[in-house]
Amino acid sequence: MTNGNLPLIWRKFPERYLLQGNRCETCGTCFFPARQVCPNCRRKGKLVQMEMPRQGKIITFTEVFTGPYGFEFETPYFIAIIELSNKARLLSQVVDSPREKIKIGAKVEKVFRKISDIDPEGPIAYGYKFKVVG
Amino acid sequence: MIGIVGYGAYIPKYRITVEEIAKTWRKDAEGISSSLNVKEKAVAGFDEDSCTIAVEAARKAVKMAGIDAQKIGAVYVGSESHPYAVKPTASVVADAINAGPELTAADLEFACKAGTAGIQMCMGLVASSMPDWIDYGLAIGSDTAQGRPGDALEYTAASGGAAFIIGKNEKELIASIDQTFSYTTDTPDFWRRQHAEFPRHAGRFTGEPAYFRHVVSAAEGLMAKAKMKPVDFDFAVFHQPNGKFPLRVSKMLGIDPKRAKQGLLTPEIGNTYSGATMIGLASVLDAAKPGQKILAVSYGSGAGSDAFALTVKKGIEKKRPCKKVLEMVKEKEYISYAEYAKFRRKLKTL
Repeated sequence: MTNGNLPLIWRKFPERYLLQGNRCETCGTCFFPARQVCPNCRRKGKLVQMEMPRQGKIITFTEVFTGPYGFEFETPYFIAIIELSNKARLLSQVVDSPREKIKIGAKVEKVFRKISDIDPEGPIAYGYKFKVVG
Repeated sequence: MIGIVGYGAYIPKYRITVEEIAKTWRKDAEGISSSLNVKEKAVAGFDEDSCTIAVEAARKAVKMAGIDAQKIGAVYVGSESHPYAVKPTASVVADAINAGPELTAADLEFACKAGTAGIQMCMGLVASSMPDWIDYGLAIGSDTAQGRPGDALEYTAASGGAAFIIGKNEKELIASIDQTFSYTTDTPDFWRRQHAEFPRHAGRFTGEPAYFRHVVSAAEGLMAKAKMKPVDFDFAVFHQPNGKFPLRVSKMLGIDPKRAKQGLLTPEIGNTYSGATMIGLASVLDAAKPGQKILAVSYGSGAGSDAFALTVKKGIEKKRPCKKVLEMVKEKEYISYAEYAKFRRKLKTL
């Protein structure tokens, strides 16, 4: 997180800290990140803000050996597409989990972690990651 | 009646053994381990700090309390390893548990006892006669303690934290706080100057005139104020800079050291500084039964102790956390000294 994009990051705090997305009351679909318009119901849709559940399962995953700037010291690490228990899907790092337990279908739970801390004098970005449970 | 409505503890999963640290510095591991009564310590991961630990502990506390986080009116985070020198950890915690924005919040520092100072501040706020001030206060002790490489404290300086929600609705309490008493003096036994990376300490001076004087004085002052005797307590929890001090201070106070075992976690997770007394109290509450009495005494260098007398309430039976502290202690993965140096950013390039 650099000083230049702080306002952008700050606006995402509810999303990053609380997994705040939204749900269409017309069709019941949950969205993360929040959508402006329900793609199913369009103008008939009614979107309401909601916190996503903290539990989900791994749909697919990969292991990153060459990380981008800011993540190079964390390699190798796992990122996964996670389906939350309300069917919303997101991409997240999977941490604190033994390699053998990271597999398709594995149950995961949200944890609060540092996402980026690259400048010793700059702001720290916090947010969600997931870990395998059970 | 004021007391605890819910609590949560968080212990990072990584552990480094005393043996591994001693091997790096070519010291006598067995001798160090037995003199400190510490086998290993908990280490925060590369992406963890005292703020993430505080958030995890706070979330568990809110879940156990079964309250709407929006009703929390105060958040205090005690730590000596706040990620920022200026910018509160408490505001991150408040937003991360969705407690804000209508609340008061602040970071506290008093070496290892800032978390219990937060409990006292919350007690004062919830008991205030000012109408409708706050219903609940959240006090957290959380640290990723800094140990100077090669220093004696490196064997114990650990990571962890616990959060307590303080309330006044008798029906919701899992334990009442019946009395509190503090003892504070200017005793320079351990410090970290502004901009210094690691703390320094005064060796053996941290014992008799520092830890023992303050813990004993606070405990005795509490018992005199509460008209209680050492035998009245079923459990005792003390600040635990190593595995020996709490057992010795227990004897000095006339409390059977067996009663201090449930809350003594330093042998397995090290000294979690601001988290130490509070994780110990969480472990005691995991095991305590309604009606039992608990003595909890923190200690912070510099120096001071906060002592509390608690009575466990019936409400605890329905609110027991799904994972006990002792179970968290067992969930671990051992790391090498090199990984520890990376995780705790002791390497200059990190």
